Order: sequence, then structure tokens, then C-alpha cells
Amino acid sequence: MAMLHLVNKSPYDACNLDSASSMMKGDDALLLIEDAVYAAVKNGKAAAGLAGLKVTVLGPDLAARGIGEDKLIDGVTVVDYAGFVDMVEANDKVQSWL
Amino acid sequence: MSDTKKFMYVNRKAPYGTIYAWEALEVVLIGAAFEQDVSLAFMDDGVYQLMKGQDTAGIGMKNFSPTYSALGDYEITKIYVEKESLEERGLTLDDLQHLVWEDEDEDWAEKDSIRLVSRAELADVFADQDVMFNF
Repeated sequence: MAMLHLVNKSPYDACNLDSASSMMKGDDALLLIEDAVYAAVKNGKAAAGLAGLKVTVLGPDLAARGIGEDKLIDGVTVVDYAGFVDMVEANDKVQSWL
Repeated sequence: MSDTKKFMYVNRKAPYGTIYAWEALEVVLIGAAFEQDVSLAFMDDGVYQLMKGQDTAGIGMKNFSPTYSALGDYEITKIYVEKESLEERGLTLDDLQHLVWEDEDEDWAEKDSIRLVSRAELADVFADQDVMFNF
């Protein structure tokens, strides 16, 4: 029963991402949206917290914040809104860490 | 109002996720009309506000980042960016917009507005202010 974990808060301003990552299991997926996309920036302190996780970030939120895909840590997948919907569909449940 | 005061606007939030960054900019521009000695500081997630290359077409929000480059025209020439906040986020000054102002006293020479400071140096700058505005 895979779960999609949605995080939308900056990892430097709130502990939402830590809570999410600490409770992810097996095939669970993590989608970073809005201010949470900052977590996937290379050389940032928060990037270490994503190690070993299946991480996807929302492209339009990256672009809005001026973060090029070349600035992301390796192994991250970038999706658009249609990809967001596909992920919701592909998982059994969605947990939004508001 | 004959007395000029030192106004410091402290920006600590990322843009777009909340309305703070945009509201701060609005207040700064309104305040500029009162001819005070204005400084801006960007620390914590506030440093993200100055990222260059912001393109908000995909999220349906107004991209207000070009407005920062107009601050020089409002005689806002002291923009402090805190070094530790940048480093912690994997960023350098190169990731930020290049903000300048034109010095009337030196034949309109272009000068950098951004001053990269440590947290300790920024604390000293804060201590020297008359009024603090926090966003």
C-alpha cells in the first residue's frame, strides 16, 4: 500500500519534511511542492534529509523560485501538474504534511 | 517629519509560499516616499526572494522579483544579505540578482546595492537602527 507524501513547507522554516521522511515506508513516494522544493537544492543542508528517498519535485514551483534543474541533487525527478496527478493516481493514499 | 530615522525592513520568508515577501516590498515602496534612511535585510528563507531567473508563468502568480532592481531608483541603496543563510541553503551571491544604484555625487556611477554580511555583522547593523519592520 504505497503512500504519496506531499510536502509544501521550506525545510529551513518548518519541520514538515523531517516528519514526512521519518514516517515514509517501502515504496512510498515524496513529492515536494511550493516552498518545499528548496529541500532538493544541491549543497543545501536540507538535501541530506532526502538521502535514500524516492524524491519528485514540481517543476512549475522550481521555475517560479528561480531554481534550475541543474541545481538539484542527483536522482530527483521533476514533474509538471499532469505528473502530479499521475502520482496521486499511482499511489493508494495521499498524506499532505501541511 | 523633519527627523530622518533609520528604517530597517527584515525579510525572512521565501516568496510565493506566503504573501509576506510581496507585502514587504509594497510597504518598502510606500515608505520610500517618506524620505527616511532605509535599509533592507534578507536572512533565513528571505534570501530566496532575491534569486535570479524567477519565472512564475507555471504557477499563475505575479513575478514580483523584477521590482527589487527598481529599489535603487527609490534611493534604497543598502541591501544586506546574510552570508550564513545563503551557505546553509547551498547558494552564493551568483544565484542572486545583481542589484545596483546610481550615485548622483559620482556622475551617476553604478554601485552595488547588496552587502554580503555575517550574522554578527547584521546584528550590529540592526543595533544601529531606529525602527524595525519584520516580514
